[in-house]
Amino acid sequence: MRRNRYSIFSLARNAVSYHQDWSEAWRSPDPAASYDVIVAGGGGHGLATAYYLAAEHDVGRIAVLEKGWIGGGNTGRNTTIVRSNYLWDEAAHLYEKSLQLWEGLSQELNFNVMFSQRGVMNLGHTLQDMRDIYRRSNANRLNGIDSEILTPAEIKAKVPAMNVSSEARYPVLGASFQPRGGVARHDAVAWGFARAADARGVDIIQNCEVTGIRRENGAVCGVETTRGLIGARKVAVVVAGHASVLADMAELRFPVESHPLQALVSEPLKPVLDTVIMSNAVHGYVSQSDKGELVIGAGIDAYTGYGQRGSFSIIEGNVAAIVELFPVFSRVRMLRQWGGIVDVCPDACPIISKTPVKGLYFNCGWGTGGFKATPGSGWVFAHTVAQDEPHALNAAFDLERFTTGALIDEHGAAGVAH
Amino acid sequence: MLQIECPWCGARDQQEFQYGGEAHIVRPESPDTLTDEQWADYLFNRANSKGVHAEQWCHTAGCRRWFNVLRDTVSYAVLAVYRPGERPSGSVE
Ligand SMILES: Cc1cc2nc3c(=O)[nH]c(=O)nc-3n(C[C@H](O)[C@H](O)[C@H](O)COP(=O)(O)OP(=O)(O)OC[C@H]3O[C@@H](n4cnc5c(N)ncnc54)[C@H](O)[C@@H]3O)c2cc1C
Ligand SMILES: [Zn+2]
Repeated sequence: MRRNRYSIFSLARNAVSYHQDWSEAWRSPDPAASYDVIVAGGGGHGLATAYYLAAEHDVGRIAVLEKGWIGGGNTGRNTTIVRSNYLWDEAAHLYEKSLQLWEGLSQELNFNVMFSQRGVMNLGHTLQDMRDIYRRSNANRLNGIDSEILTPAEIKAKVPAMNVSSEARYPVLGASFQPRGGVARHDAVAWGFARAADARGVDIIQNCEVTGIRRENGAVCGVETTRGLIGARKVAVVVAGHASVLADMAELRFPVESHPLQALVSEPLKPVLDTVIMSNAVHGYVSQSDKGELVIGAGIDAYTGYGQRGSFSIIEGNVAAIVELFPVFSRVRMLRQWGGIVDVCPDACPIISKTPVKGLYFNCGWGTGGFKATPGSGWVFAHTVAQDEPHALNAAFDLERFTTGALIDEHGAAGVAH
Repeated sequence: MLQIECPWCGARDQQEFQYGGEAHIVRPESPDTLTDEQWADYLFNRANSKGVHAEQWCHTAGCRRWFNVLRDTVSYAVLAVYRPGERPSGSVE
């Protein structure tokens, strides 16, 4: 079932036939009557879960069911910032595991996910911002995570286009900088995991919405879908913004709320910004894609929403802040703007957990910042599903923490939303 | 959404309002008699409905009064507004 490997030789061979003979990257099979594990949700996290289940565990037949097309949710809508500079140990270890997987991902998947470690800079605009930055940066170093503190002069040297003058509306007092952070190509992450999972026998079934979760004697036994009933010994739900909708199908109540989160990109420009700039205080995030577009992320709307669009006022405030920081961007034209549905937990940390229903697992609550976690999330979730026990890295991220009170308060602690 | 109808001031720009979360969550009368599960359910679990959602808004840049809204969380259309203590005319709950 191994697909043709991508290499310089396959590229040359296919050039001779004018690139007409590339084989499909993954199959589109009809659903079987039943599987050992069904992964509901074909975003990056679901596909990564299926890949690591197939590559590192022995669980039998696996399918990914996606209601639309793979990567069409938040995976294909995010601003692709990857970093691991979280404050609390539990979060830092989980995101750092993910960052380490990113570092070898293109090789592992034989697919170029264009992971670019151009560094991530988190700006501080107030004294309190700077205190938080020092605290987080020190915590990161204690956890072996790379982190530097930059002065305004050092920031200016790295990012000449930024206005760091003391007259600026949002004076820049300093920043933390994680050199190993960066960006990746979001679609390629979905496609790379899909192709590698398919090569290991995973059935990827698109246009197949899960509409019900079948249970028998307190254990899961299958899912109802728009393509019929499919049996399953285990069901792993990874549907991001729709987590509550699927929890509802199993009569579970979750501490998750879904919000619109927006982003926008500009027309392509010549290279002007070779790192990632984040500012929580003014709520702007900007990097430049390899195509030259400025990729700008905004904040969430306070209200809940499943509409994959947010309020215009959010974009307005976001762009105003970016233009204050980068006056040279003021006449850049924006090309596209869109929204996703992010699933937010009260402590801004994910739930990667067993549930009261045997054989039913949930991975959700990544909120505004789960893209960076894609490989790590899939890796620990695959372990959780295969072993019916969490891995040490995700044990603290269970549903139980909302009852015991052992929350992992990364809201604001990480200083940044993405 | 764009505009929200304040039950006291009438239709105003959405930006004048602040969202206040799910409506009709009643604080338990005697928390010390609850199990941890019940307390957690009150504190953290939310309906997060896809479709009709009952929620609180405050007209922060206007009369500063709280009220309830029934809103479709997919189309974002406001279906009904009603004052605290009232029920929406002829619908849910
Ligand atoms: C505008 C924006 C910017 C962001 N920026 C960043 C960033 O810079 N860095 C970062 O780390 N994170 C960022 N995020 C967050 C990140 O995108 C998400 O946390 C992450 O993509 C979630 O991964 P996923 O695979 O679970 O989600 P998704 O890609 O949304 O996958 C969930 C899938 O489940 C499917 N699904 C839903 N219901 C069903 C059903 N009933 N049956 C079958 N399938 C179903 C959906 O169609 C979807 O494809 C951003 C998000 C947005 C919206
Ligand atoms: Zn009013």
